[in-house]
Amino acid sequence: MNAIGALGLSRVDAAAPAKMVVEGASKFYQARSGVVHALDNVSLEVREGEFLCILGPSGCGKSTLLWSMAGLHGLSGGRIRLGQEPIVKPHPEIAMIFQEANLLPWRNLEKNIELPFELKKIAPDKARIKALLERVGLKGFETKMPRELSGGMQQRASIVRSLAVNPSVLLMDEPFGALDAFTRDEMNLLIQEIWMETRKTIIFITHSIVEALFLADRIVVMSARPGRIQEIIDVDLPRPRGVEVQSTPEFIERANAIKAMIDHRRA
Amino acid sequence: MDSQLRDQIPTFGAKQDTAGGAGLSGGFSALASGGGRSAFETFIIILVAVVIIGGSELLLGIFQVPQYIMPKPSQIGAALITEWPFIWPHLVVTICELLIGFAIGASIGFVLAAVITQFPFAEKIVTPYILLLVTTPMLALVPLLVLRFGFGWEPRIIAVALASGPMVMINSATGFRRVDLAKIALARSFGASTFQIFTKIRIPMAMPMIIVGLMVGSIFGLLTTVGAEMVGGAEGLGNRLNYYSSMIRMPQFFAVITLLAIIGISIYVFFFWVGKKWANWEA
Ligand SMILES: Nc1ncnc2c1ncn2[C@@H]1O[C@H](COP(=O)(O)OP(=O)(O)OP(=O)(O)O)[C@@H](O)[C@H]1O
Ligand SMILES: [Mg+2]
Repeated sequence: MNAIGALGLSRVDAAAPAKMVVEGASKFYQARSGVVHALDNVSLEVREGEFLCILGPSGCGKSTLLWSMAGLHGLSGGRIRLGQEPIVKPHPEIAMIFQEANLLPWRNLEKNIELPFELKKIAPDKARIKALLERVGLKGFETKMPRELSGGMQQRASIVRSLAVNPSVLLMDEPFGALDAFTRDEMNLLIQEIWMETRKTIIFITHSIVEALFLADRIVVMSARPGRIQEIIDVDLPRPRGVEVQSTPEFIERANAIKAMIDHRRA
Repeated sequence: MDSQLRDQIPTFGAKQDTAGGAGLSGGFSALASGGGRSAFETFIIILVAVVIIGGSELLLGIFQVPQYIMPKPSQIGAALITEWPFIWPHLVVTICELLIGFAIGASIGFVLAAVITQFPFAEKIVTPYILLLVTTPMLALVPLLVLRFGFGWEPRIIAVALASGPMVMINSATGFRRVDLAKIALARSFGASTFQIFTKIRIPMAMPMIIVGLMVGSIFGLLTTVGAEMVGGAEGLGNRLNYYSSMIRMPQFFAVITLLAIIGISIYVFFFWVGKKWANWEA
């Protein structure tokens, strides 16, 4: 039995059906200092099974967009759909992974992973949890408290927590931003493998051009104030990608092109 | 209140501990310190007790201090045993008053803290009055309560509730004020209801401060129970203190003091243990 899913091919067909659709999303924040225009008319189609990275400078509205897609807060204008369903509140098919692992410090690893089941008032899928823990190398750590785990282990636990309830869309808001470079590479490899095994639709926010290029099928480059989509880039590097791909000329060339595009925009 | 949180994307990395709790905020260190005592330290502590008790026994004997000024530990121990049949009904009264008054005060304080922290405006208005209740010795109200309710249990229980409730309230409120937006968002993303967010996130998060509040509140309650019995009661250990001192029966007087010390220490140990068990993640 393979509790995680069948191994699949890595490329996503450009003609794949839209999994999530953002139509003309705008967001204004009412701040004490005045109104902040965080998102301006953002439209986006996320394909079924796609690994989409959203790349942009700090404050360009990446989190705002992702939190709206998670149904955690509303938009000032525009709509978000999952298939045909409008997203106006959290949806069971969509799981969010936060910047820090966001484990509850008063629960051990196992109890943390069972939290979603508790909240949904269903029995935890022990077999699936066990398989996932094994998959990410956390077998035997079930009774450890979060403070006893390293940052990378905590983030792996939070990935297991999200995958345990088997959502079809994973939203990740700079999930590895707080990790050191080595752990980060490790986590990037792991998330790529998990994605290839499970065929989840992943929307992944990052500051890092290298991380985006390494992971993405497509990169959405955003610009700031107000947050807009500047460019959508197809990444046609073959999969699975190893860490060494980051030093190939093709990779560096693409990274420089994206960097030039962002710099150009800023100047 | 959640609608208000909805727009807030938490800043990660930064520790968000909304400070500003009146009363004994951050008092959990009082619980945490003294944890993990080694066998050697325990031995030293017991040794000090033996030296103090033995030393005073010896010195009081050498200098022939009269019993009505300061009885010897052995005399106090003997009095505790011989007088026990007459003391224990009063012990029961004191403990019952404390438990009932504390249960009433603590429940009201806890519920009030949980509710009021959800409404920042109401909290700003109410907090000064709660502070007033914390800082005013509730003992002062006992003569007034006696006029209204007589010399029965009621005035004492009311005084205990009034002394412990605000303590529980002010500390619990400090706990409930520490909102971690990221953890609330996490629960919401898995479809948590407002009630689930309260029971699964807010209460565990506030638990260390709630326990501090319960501990301090119950000790305040003990002080007030005994004080109230001394001021306006025909029974209870406080009443016995009045009685034995007026009769100049000092061994019996100190036997009662010893019992009160044991009650106080037991309360501390109990909540220390509760804290270890239910809030050890924080220390
Ligand atoms: N609750 C809020 N009230 C007022 N302004 C806000 C609020 N949340 C975000 N903003 C502003 O909206 C803009 C977009 O914020 P957002 O957090 O979406 O950016 P981001 O791209 O995720 O940035 P970062 O990379 O730093 O996480 C920023 O200018 C930010 O200051
Ligand atoms: Mg962000």
